[in-house]
Amino acid sequence: MTENSFSMAGTGTGRITVGRWLLFIVLGIFVIYFLAPLYVMVTTSLKTLDDIRLGGLMSLPTEITFAPWLKAWNSACVGIQCDGLNGYFWNSVKIAIPAVLISTLLGAINGYALTKWRFPGANIVFALMLFGCFIPFQVVLMPMARTLGLLGLAGTIPGLILVHVVYGIGFTTLFFRNYYITIPDELVKAATIDGAGFFTIFWRIMLPLSIPIIVVTVIWQFTQIWNDFLFGVSFSAGGGQPITVALNNIVNSSTGVKEYNLDMASAIIAGLPTLLVYVLAGRYFIRGLTAGSVKG
Amino acid sequence: MASLDISNLVKRFGETEVLKNINIDIEDGEFLVLVGPSGCGKSTLLNIIAGLETATDGNVSIGEKVVNDVHPKDRDIAMVFQSYALYPNMTVRNNITFGMRVRKTPADQIEEALKRVADLLQITPLLDRKPGQLSGGQRQRVAMGRALVRDPAIFLFDEPLSNLDAKLRVEMRTEIKKLHQRLGTTIVYVTHDQIEAITLATRIAVMKDGIAQQFDTPQVIYDQPANTFVAGFMGSPAMNIIPARLTNGNDALAAEVVLSDGKHLHLEIHDPDEKLRAYVDQRVQLGLRPEAFGDQDLALSDNSAIRQFTCHVDVTEPTGPDILAMINMGGVEVTTRLHSAADVQTGSPGRFTVDMSKAVFFDNENGVRI
Repeated sequence: MTENSFSMAGTGTGRITVGRWLLFIVLGIFVIYFLAPLYVMVTTSLKTLDDIRLGGLMSLPTEITFAPWLKAWNSACVGIQCDGLNGYFWNSVKIAIPAVLISTLLGAINGYALTKWRFPGANIVFALMLFGCFIPFQVVLMPMARTLGLLGLAGTIPGLILVHVVYGIGFTTLFFRNYYITIPDELVKAATIDGAGFFTIFWRIMLPLSIPIIVVTVIWQFTQIWNDFLFGVSFSAGGGQPITVALNNIVNSSTGVKEYNLDMASAIIAGLPTLLVYVLAGRYFIRGLTAGSVKG
Repeated sequence: MASLDISNLVKRFGETEVLKNINIDIEDGEFLVLVGPSGCGKSTLLNIIAGLETATDGNVSIGEKVVNDVHPKDRDIAMVFQSYALYPNMTVRNNITFGMRVRKTPADQIEEALKRVADLLQITPLLDRKPGQLSGGQRQRVAMGRALVRDPAIFLFDEPLSNLDAKLRVEMRTEIKKLHQRLGTTIVYVTHDQIEAITLATRIAVMKDGIAQQFDTPQVIYDQPANTFVAGFMGSPAMNIIPARLTNGNDALAAEVVLSDGKHLHLEIHDPDEKLRAYVDQRVQLGLRPEAFGDQDLALSDNSAIRQFTCHVDVTEPTGPDILAMINMGGVEVTTRLHSAADVQTGSPGRFTVDMSKAVFFDNENGVRI
């Protein structure tokens, strides 16, 4: 009999207890709470300006229009230029993709060297890199500006890539180091005796084992770099700005009537890539965070 | 195939000396087992032979050539690891051939070597699987295959059987022995299991605290342990170490042992040598293997080294082929191994014999064999 009541509670068939109903209600409230902003953004972006003026915040559009989306992409005014977001979107892509790839690769090599080729002072090097994760953005602005100036990269996309790579290495190294520490050293010893060197072992043994942590790192870095505003606004100029900066300029530079539908469409466009990355790779993200040991 | 010579080897990690002046040399084709408790330095020694760690001082020579500064890949060695260390992302085929592919061996040679090893170890049906799809015993075979495929001068085994269950361990032990007999390659094998050591080795180095306590053939190590540590470590049940006193009554040297009932037992020593005579009237430690004891039937044999005594039996443990009877001698528990029909009962006096030609004596102070 006891077993029966357990299985009922477990599978949810038959009687559902009051506690369970309460749980569902609370969870439902949270779902509504977290989805409400998205709902407002999507519906507003599909409304006409009249609709926005006359209807409520939560009301559905009386007539669906894609005009704000097209305008946001093609002809919205970013500052004094009225070419839409598309140029800035591609700027962000040009910044994010190389920066993500380079910082992930460097983090993987660092993590590998710090765990499998331990050199004197490896722990100190790691501690310093870890410390880099905790330095606030604002602190590095001035030295970074000076460095970029000296390198002749000030206000360019390669300059921003460099900034993001440097700032990201601390995190990527931490991720890979913690992952590789769970991979048995004997694997490296065996490969050494087999005649493989530092990079052969890295490319042919370590990297193929690193898929989960690569996914985690790529998602993390992509989100960070795509969403970055401060570095973008500080170290880029004019047509080279990333989409976050352009979005800010669109919202701030509208004259006369506030075009909420345009703002919402722009914001969704700016946020879409990170959303997409989560949807496509999200399950690897969770798996990668919890995975670790490779049972050989 | 090659000989191996380790001379005056020292390894320090900072202040800690983990290997102290190790001297070991073996001939071509020998099976050397490094055995000792955890932390004795045996794995470090193996890693130094492999070149995965560097020695602080001393030399390692493989086949007359000093290899101190030679990279592991150029030492002509192959190693089997405790965790097998199979590359999880590669199939069995690629695991075995990885080393040859890295060395850019021609494809037809690789294929030939792979076939030879796969046949030898009977792993041909497994070649396209990943290590994750193999059982423990199969992984073990693949790990050996990866070592065998290169046909090296020396094989190094680092506790290869310790992750297997008891039955499989015995089977693989026999296979390794067969393999050695068939290939005749020099092997260095690390284990903490003294049975593996005795069954496999042509020579054993017993290690403790970074010192090679004894380096000899299995039989010598078993019969004439260098000190009380080796005596206690090798053999199961362990050699009995009994506090005793040497007496010289009636011109016959004897070991005097106090039994649990307070009686003094005089065991006349068989064929004592001069060094032992120097210990007359001193305390010594008498070492007797459990099988040196017997029941009274042995008294009828014409072995002049047999002595008889009666002693209270504390516990008996039948093992099947024989009975282990525990008695108290000199204040310590002594294990005797008797044949299964021996007439001994727990809690009552039993008649025992002991073969004093099997007795060894250790210095009471430092535990070194006299």
